[in-house]
Amino acid sequence: MADREMRAVYAQTLTTLAASDRRICVVEADLARATGTGPFAKAYPDRFFNVGVAEANLVGVASGLSAAGKRPFAATFACFASRRAYDQFFLSANYAGLEVVLVGTDPGVTAAFNGGTHMPLEDLALMRAVPGLAIVEPADPVSLEAAVRLALDRKGCTYLRLQRKPAPEIYGPGETFKFGKAKLLRPGKDVVLAALGALMVGEARKAAESLAAEGIDAAVLDVFTLAPLDRAAVLDLARRTGRIVTCENHRVTGGLGSAVAELLAEEGVPARLARIGAGADEFGEVGTQDWLAERFRLTAPHIAAAARKLVKGV
Amino acid sequence: MINPSPDRPASSAELADLAVRARSIRKACLESIAALGVGHVGGSMSVVEALAVLYFRHLRLDSGDPKNPDRDRFVLSKGHAGPALYAALAEKGYLPREMLGTLNKGGTSLPSHADRLRTPGVDMSTGSLGQGFSAACGIALGLRMDGPRADGTVRRCWTVIGDGESDEGQVWEAAAFAAHYRLSNLVAFTDANRFQIDGSTESVMHLRDLAAKWDAFGWRTFRVDGHDLGALDRTILAACSPDPEADAEGRGRPAMIVLDTVKAKGVPALEGKAESHNAPFGPADLEAALEAMDKEAPRG
Repeated sequence: MADREMRAVYAQTLTTLAASDRRICVVEADLARATGTGPFAKAYPDRFFNVGVAEANLVGVASGLSAAGKRPFAATFACFASRRAYDQFFLSANYAGLEVVLVGTDPGVTAAFNGGTHMPLEDLALMRAVPGLAIVEPADPVSLEAAVRLALDRKGCTYLRLQRKPAPEIYGPGETFKFGKAKLLRPGKDVVLAALGALMVGEARKAAESLAAEGIDAAVLDVFTLAPLDRAAVLDLARRTGRIVTCENHRVTGGLGSAVAELLAEEGVPARLARIGAGADEFGEVGTQDWLAERFRLTAPHIAAAARKLVKGV
Repeated sequence: MINPSPDRPASSAELADLAVRARSIRKACLESIAALGVGHVGGSMSVVEALAVLYFRHLRLDSGDPKNPDRDRFVLSKGHAGPALYAALAEKGYLPREMLGTLNKGGTSLPSHADRLRTPGVDMSTGSLGQGFSAACGIALGLRMDGPRADGTVRRCWTVIGDGESDEGQVWEAAAFAAHYRLSNLVAFTDANRFQIDGSTESVMHLRDLAAKWDAFGWRTFRVDGHDLGALDRTILAACSPDPEADAEGRGRPAMIVLDTVKAKGVPALEGKAESHNAPFGPADLEAALEAMDKEAPRG
């Protein structure tokens, strides 16, 4: 199916929803051009606010809007949304029991030419430490649209991890989604590739195809929400295959790999685990997205190699 | 029922009533801190008069319906003055007065720093300094989106920051924002009690002329003795009056009232001392403070 620009889907979904929901507002911090919320600003100038280069205030104002009964969607690069405005999001939004959707764009290696300073490989780890927060990273335009709708209706805050660039459609228009419910994209009996987000779900699917060609039957799971994690789906697949490879555009510490490792250990599931992601001691750096994906071993061949090693021991 | 806002300065009888309220809030706050033996005495005492004038004159509230959507909102951005806010809320009837004795005890509805989920009448959770001020800007913006009340009056958000809190960069991010978006329904106070945890504001981080800063940021700026009830009342009326610099839509400047205050006001042993910020304060300290208050006015 056709690729669609993820940021355009985000902006279009909000603009559509805003027609019937007067609570929706968009808050930006001088990155509206990047987020692509121009169409919303044009349609609803009275509900579009740019706070300038001021991420702490971005989240503070969004929290205040929520306290006044609005439903703010605040966006900035994921590095700023997590590292720079963490205390504001933790306290003013989450601890205060409000409903703020914080959108972190350009996660992981999709930060590309902005380089190491702008490359969030730890935002998921930080956000996982926030009690009650939903963390969603959609794998395609259809699930992104669903994620925006689900976040809008959620009691509590949501962190929406959003790659801006085009992504192919995986799901049909009638597909239904729920936070806490993963999607099994491909069944498999030898190993499960559990992936988060468009980039990694795409690579995992490619890896499953190449594994099939060599006789390894790999399941592919679109995790969809890191929190709440679909524990039942992960445990079921881990029990049935005995092998799981987590795939995240993030450092291996604190994110999906860690969440799955905790789950397997606590539940006593005897499954082997490999984690695809940047190394625990690696910072981001600059380059094309493709170069960076290879540099941090996020690509299909690396996923396939990790799966092969779990299955065959080599 | 939401009370109307005043349209003229307080009469001498009204000022006398405010003095009684302020005294009662100060006493109840000190009693609650003494019940625990330690607390944020300094910054609670310095805002007592401001809270009395706000809660008993200017905030448009319905204490019988704390979530009334038509109410004004109040954000205590210097959240560590929670004990003073709780005493004011009890005085206003939001909380039973006995509840004040639970301050900071396990399971309490009255935590050290203000918490909108735990305490009736608290509109925003605060305590990490600078954050409440941003939230107050967002609330003012949200209230303005709702338009005026049915009776045509402005929905206001009120907020109090500290002078020590003004070290936080987020305060100035929000200062620029509120002026840029012409949030004239936002009325803010700086409790300038001239001390922060590690010493005087001049010695720890000298911010120079605060009023000049707010003026330069595009705020309608006032400065007043924060313990003078009549002057406070008149200044608030001025801050709520139509702004001569308002635009065609009636959107003017947000207002900042810098309060010259005394840290730990009313507690002679701690007045004007940095160590009053979070100080041991037991029954004997309470008795001494009450005696001093009696010298100024008979114990009611």
